[in-house]
Amino acid sequence: MSAPSLTPEIVLRTSPHLHSKRSVGVIMRNVVYAMLPVCAYAVYNFGISVLALLVVSTLSCVLTEHMFCRAAGRPSSIKDSSVIITGILLGLTLPPGFPLWMTAVGGFVAVGLGKMLFGGLGFNVFNPALVGRAFLQAAFPTAITTYTPAQATGRFLEFIPTSLTLPFMQPPVITDWVAKVRIDAFSGATPLTALKFDKVTTEIMPLFWGNVAGSAGETSVILILLGGVYLVARNFMDWRITASMLLSAMAMSGAFYLSNPTAFPNPLFMLFSGGLMLGAVFMATDMVASPVTPLGVWIYGAVMGVMTILIRLLGGLPEGVMYAILLANAVSPAIDNLTQPRVYGTKKKAEAKA
Amino acid sequence: MGHDHGATVSPSENMEAFLNGLWKQNPVFVQVLGTCPTMAITNSARNAVAMGLATLFVLVFSNMLISMVRRLVQKQVRIATYILIIATFVTMVDYIIKAVSIDVYKALGPFIALIVVNCIILGRAEAFAGKNPVWQSILDGFGMGIGFFIALFCLGSVREILGAGTLFGFSLFGSNFQPWVLFLLPSGGFFTLASWLLVFAWWKERGKAKEAQA
Repeated sequence: MSAPSLTPEIVLRTSPHLHSKRSVGVIMRNVVYAMLPVCAYAVYNFGISVLALLVVSTLSCVLTEHMFCRAAGRPSSIKDSSVIITGILLGLTLPPGFPLWMTAVGGFVAVGLGKMLFGGLGFNVFNPALVGRAFLQAAFPTAITTYTPAQATGRFLEFIPTSLTLPFMQPPVITDWVAKVRIDAFSGATPLTALKFDKVTTEIMPLFWGNVAGSAGETSVILILLGGVYLVARNFMDWRITASMLLSAMAMSGAFYLSNPTAFPNPLFMLFSGGLMLGAVFMATDMVASPVTPLGVWIYGAVMGVMTILIRLLGGLPEGVMYAILLANAVSPAIDNLTQPRVYGTKKKAEAKA
Repeated sequence: MGHDHGATVSPSENMEAFLNGLWKQNPVFVQVLGTCPTMAITNSARNAVAMGLATLFVLVFSNMLISMVRRLVQKQVRIATYILIIATFVTMVDYIIKAVSIDVYKALGPFIALIVVNCIILGRAEAFAGKNPVWQSILDGFGMGIGFFIALFCLGSVREILGAGTLFGFSLFGSNFQPWVLFLLPSGGFFTLASWLLVFAWWKERGKAKEAQA
């Protein structure tokens, strides 16, 4: 933005010359709307602890962005709503009873380290929410794998005991509490933990509707898909990334399943369990961290799908979506470079040599 | 070094040779040298202090000896000579640590021997001790060594406090403290170093801004 001068100005700019009313803010707010049903169901499924979790994670993200903007002497960028997405996503990926003080730390790391230090929206190399979650996973490995049962009795009246842990203190052990509140057949183990450590496969229908244990917002496949359909219908989301990630995950787990149906779970279970849906719809499609070329997005999605299944089935962790997406974020510039379309009129390398 | 800052306010060149390493040319926070031991052994304050002292010792004595022999050594073989001198003192430190505390010796592991190739030491030999008089070289060794020591202690204490809730093994927050496991892992070293670099860069920028205002 140059200072206004008295001489008449000729404005030179490159395309696009037509502007739609689609600002960053509009897109980001629509993504938030698409996530609201998922949030609502998460609160219904796990109670007020999740409500507090989402509020704390969003507030800490927004405050962090505001603080960093002030420290840099820039106008605050919280109005474009992108930081709200980060906050909600972070909350949705955490266990329902995750201590709130740790959530606040996660929000600070997500936005501070994952976004603002790189220069804010548009410059983040990784999906900020996942940077925050990866930090929490490394810092507090016990708390982040402590899951509580879904649909627990009295979940709207009392917090999960771990939620209200005092800052910097260890969350209490909640085995007794879980035994007290759980309804039959709902255990605290997530479908993927049950698979990894007990070799038990959960049925498909509960996974589809979402009344299973897991991270706050990852359980309901149908609501996540609905949010995705809304975003795709309004052209706010690149459906190819989601499709590619899900298809490749399906193909990969299908190959494992066919090779040994007793040792490996069926592909549909792999598709509907854990954070794969949430990751594929809301995180993999992060506009900044994903490639832009048409072929590139397919490759990008495939990297994530394949890595997710490999980590789940062959790695030490029950869930691999987070690391798969972060890894794909890291290679996304390389994918872009390798898939640059040939400029019209130029020759392919092989032809040029011959 | 030392000679080309004639306009600064330091009382003498000797003093400047000493202070340079502490602050303006701090080997870790400003030059970002010697990051290998900085990352590897700063998971507790005790290890950091031990490594800092060991490096300080080697740095002072190798600087001194190298400065003494600087006119006798042919240019073509100077690196080999420096390494030989440094390795001698590292061997001494190795035995000293083994004699003082076998626990620390085990915790530092191969990194004691690796002081030989610590780029701060060879860097000071090449950049300073090989060109300057003995007394200044000793002061430079002290400055750089203490600067390195401070940096390691900054990292080690933060990582131990957050990663284990203790400092030098004493519990700070009671038994219910939630340790941040991350800070004991190598990645925690990177996070901590980056945070300290951030703090120092911010501090310097602020100083510059104030100078510009004045």
